Amino acid sequence: MSFDVPEDLRYLDSHEWVRQADETVTVGISDFAQDELGDVVFVELPDEGETLAVGDDFGVVESIKAVSDIYAPVSGTVTAVNDDLRDRPELVNEDPYGDGWLLELELADVSELDALLSPDEYRDQIE
Amino acid sequence: MSLRSPPLADVHAEAGAHFTDFGGWEMPVEFDSIRTEHAAVREQAGKFDVSHMGEVVVSGPDATRLTQRLATNDVTDLDPGEAHYSAITREDGVMLDDTVIYCLPEGADGDYLFIPNAGHDEQMADRWRDHAAEWDLDVTVDNRTTEYGLIALQGPDAPDLLADETDIDLRDMGRFEIADGEVAGVDALVATTGYTGEAGYEILCPWDAVETVWSALDCAPCGLGARDTLRLEMGFLLSGQDFDPEEEPRNPYEAGIGFVVDLDTEFVGRDALEGVDVEGVDEKLVGLSLIDRGVPRQGYEVTTPDGDHLGSITSGTMSPTLGDPIALAYIPTDYTEPGTKLRVVVRGEPKKARTRTTPFLDR
Repeated sequence: MSFDVPEDLRYLDSHEWVRQADETVTVGISDFAQDELGDVVFVELPDEGETLAVGDDFGVVESIKAVSDIYAPVSGTVTAVNDDLRDRPELVNEDPYGDGWLLELELADVSELDALLSPDEYRDQIE
Repeated sequence: MSLRSPPLADVHAEAGAHFTDFGGWEMPVEFDSIRTEHAAVREQAGKFDVSHMGEVVVSGPDATRLTQRLATNDVTDLDPGEAHYSAITREDGVMLDDTVIYCLPEGADGDYLFIPNAGHDEQMADRWRDHAAEWDLDVTVDNRTTEYGLIALQGPDAPDLLADETDIDLRDMGRFEIADGEVAGVDALVATTGYTGEAGYEILCPWDAVETVWSALDCAPCGLGARDTLRLEMGFLLSGQDFDPEEEPRNPYEAGIGFVVDLDTEFVGRDALEGVDVEGVDEKLVGLSLIDRGVPRQGYEVTTPDGDHLGSITSGTMSPTLGDPIALAYIPTDYTEPGTKLRVVVRGEPKKARTRTTPFLDR
């Protein structure tokens, strides 16, 4: 089975993805991760304004069969969370890189992005 | 210890199944998605490979006497072709297993068949053999777990689907019956039993012919994930989780299946259970649903609204049919009245919950 690994994103080996736009990043979980979890039924996210340090577990994604912690890929301040997931957690399965995004962070330190995996490196992890 | 594989392991892998270890067997947990498989069974039909379940056949002049003395229900109620749900208890009334006991149709190879839970087949066959020797009874006990495959076909469309593939007249069969005949040209026993709350069948056939039967049933393949959400919506017990002689020692009254205990029969555990019946239980398995958002899971603590410990969740999930978080938990009987407000502690956070009657889903 092959999974979608978009070229314009960076990844964590814990299966989060990061999309950078200037000083902010959007964070979600990968196509591989949503497939492993199966039907997502509940997503718990931090409040806007909270600050996260790189590596913090900032929330959980729960499927029918499993609970998975999600980790902050970089340090920063939460500037937006995906409120649509409250009523439609299945968006994480349907569109993990689009409508199923989890939150936006204002970057504390842009250089932290360098530590993330490239699409090729991430593909190696999941194959 | 290496995992046992069902006869269809390669077919499931080919179909893209995810696998899990269950009772020492590597079984498909999910094919497409638990949600779609669950919906298929509630709305159309689905098929489950449950070949990990045990099959023990008891035959001979004393087969009835032995089985009567080892299971809680009255086996003498059963005529050939009939079945019932029963519990297997030890001397102190604690459940070792729950099972359906089939009185096999005339001409079948054996007198009684029962279906121990996954991984319990050897232990149960030994229990029957040891007691037969102890009580000097004339029986043959045959563990056929790896001779029979077992397929569950469940859902409102199951009768029509199976009717196309069998020479058995399914319209003659009520619930909890068993008949022999052919399915897809293969010798099979067909029982009107299941674990989903839907109409349907459990089909026993020779291990090496399972693929023929499986392929002939034209409906969604379903894994143990959907099997679990379907049974939990009905409040059906899962051995090893909702009761377990080591981890969760419970008697049938605590587990809410006192209806399978017939105190007018003599069986191992009877005297202890008569005492429980007279005195009542201190704790009982109860249904819960969460009012706050969250998913209750096995092991989560249940407390009063003030935070006093009451018990813990034995099974929980997000109900795919209802869209509600549901669970089972043993709690003191003072708190089991439907509608009682409680808390379930989810990752340190007390979430509002209330007790409710099971099944969670009307069927």
